[in-house]
Amino acid sequence: MSEDVYIVGIDMTPFGRYPNRTTAQLGAEAALLALDDAGLTIQDMQALYCGNQLQAFMMIGQQILHEIGETGIPVVNTANACASGGTAFREGYFAVKGGMYDLVLAVGVEQMGRGLLGAAGRGDGFIEEGVIGSMTTPAMFSQIGMEHHRKYGTTFEQFAKIAVKNHHHSTFNPKAMSRRETPLEEVMASEMISYPNTKLMCSINVDGAAAAIIASEKKVKELGLMGRAIRVRASQMTSTPFTPRQDAITDFNLTTRNAANAAYEQAGVGPQDVQLIELHDCFATAEMVHYENLGICGEGEAGMMVDTGATAMGGRIPVNLSGGLLSKGHPLGATGIANLYEISLHLRGEAGARQVENAKIGLTHVVGGMTGLGTACVVHVLEKA
Amino acid sequence: MASDFSGFLPAAPVIRIGDDGRPFIAGSRCSNCGNTFPGERMACSACCRRDTIEAVRLGTKGKLYNYTIVHRSYPGVKVPFVAAIVDLDEGGSLRGTLLEAEPDPAKLPPDMPVDVVFRDTGQTGPEGKPFVSYFFVPAQPAQAQGEA
Repeated sequence: MSEDVYIVGIDMTPFGRYPNRTTAQLGAEAALLALDDAGLTIQDMQALYCGNQLQAFMMIGQQILHEIGETGIPVVNTANACASGGTAFREGYFAVKGGMYDLVLAVGVEQMGRGLLGAAGRGDGFIEEGVIGSMTTPAMFSQIGMEHHRKYGTTFEQFAKIAVKNHHHSTFNPKAMSRRETPLEEVMASEMISYPNTKLMCSINVDGAAAAIIASEKKVKELGLMGRAIRVRASQMTSTPFTPRQDAITDFNLTTRNAANAAYEQAGVGPQDVQLIELHDCFATAEMVHYENLGICGEGEAGMMVDTGATAMGGRIPVNLSGGLLSKGHPLGATGIANLYEISLHLRGEAGARQVENAKIGLTHVVGGMTGLGTACVVHVLEKA
Repeated sequence: MASDFSGFLPAAPVIRIGDDGRPFIAGSRCSNCGNTFPGERMACSACCRRDTIEAVRLGTKGKLYNYTIVHRSYPGVKVPFVAAIVDLDEGGSLRGTLLEAEPDPAKLPPDMPVDVVFRDTGQTGPEGKPFVSYFFVPAQPAQAQGEA
């Protein structure tokens, strides 16, 4: 059994709109914040793993080093849809876990346009959208919610309550893009984007970056950094598992279940041991289905979990105390590491007004995918060292 | 409505136009595990066997498995519309647009029978050729079916 792997530095830029900054500058800012958090320099890093989706061909990792120090270390740029940042972190984890390096840097960064992701046109000029269903991300995740409605009778109001909860949480997070209470009536009455997700039930396209310093146990001890270190108890990734309807509806359920089950097994813990979760609430309907996918409630019980406040601040297992993607914002490549940052804050006891008391174990989840392409899911289990 | 789509362009790779001008959805069926898919495969997505995949035409009868009503889409796309997931009676599932049904959750019951129909999309490609696509419509009573 190889030695444990730790996070010794982690931070994120506030998520927002940075039209006057380059993607590399944002990534570099997060990298420097994480290095400062650990008290280390870029010259201490043996490799860089950079998650970015929308400029995957632009060598963003190299550009970041151009900003903060071209030390010539190996750079791996990862693009894996909304799991790009989680994938980058996991590559760094692997390199350290495998004994190749003792200190590596993982950065996730994205600059986003506004409005709906993607565009309607195709190479031959044909516009599929509206003719062959819909390719928009809200439509894809609304169908997932409607599947839950079909199976369990989950209501529009229950989906909307998730947005109310996460927006409430965001009022305690100065790094969230939107920090505003949204009463249930306002969420339900806001513009319908794709039934049952209204505008306030969709994540916000923002710019941002997050970074983490990953260290071997030997190095953590050598540097005397165990005091604030976070142990990575599990790091798991899955891709599209076969599902009979896969050509018609993108599966985010089984792919998440497979990753979560593998992560629980690796960590030697169960869902009942997890005290807080940052999961991929790209839409309110997505958060609903992931309660069951991550095993924090039984099949069909997610709606009730929302009603009872079990996943709200102060509840049995708070979910998305950062405000989630719904209010913090969702810069695709940054999200996977930003989720790790939020859990790390709580495990270190540094989460301020939204702190979960005596937090010992937390879980992060990101899942990405597109209709007709496939999915990627990354789950991490973190523990206070 | 004309059923001869000779000279049309298929709006998606899974749509084929037969020698008789009648469109159909090309699919694959695995004789090992029984799964049916739209389109072609080099091997079975489910069981990974390479020698058990056969080309089939997907059926035109199905049931509404799931949907969303799209109210905001890309610029220029007419909304609202029903983006549906349909399970075909003879195997396979398709995503597509459900026409001739009110975009109202109260009027879209689970497992509502639907027909797969082919229509001119109103869009044209290179050289002005029109695109034909499949759509879903609420199933017509059997005796009223005059065309495919």
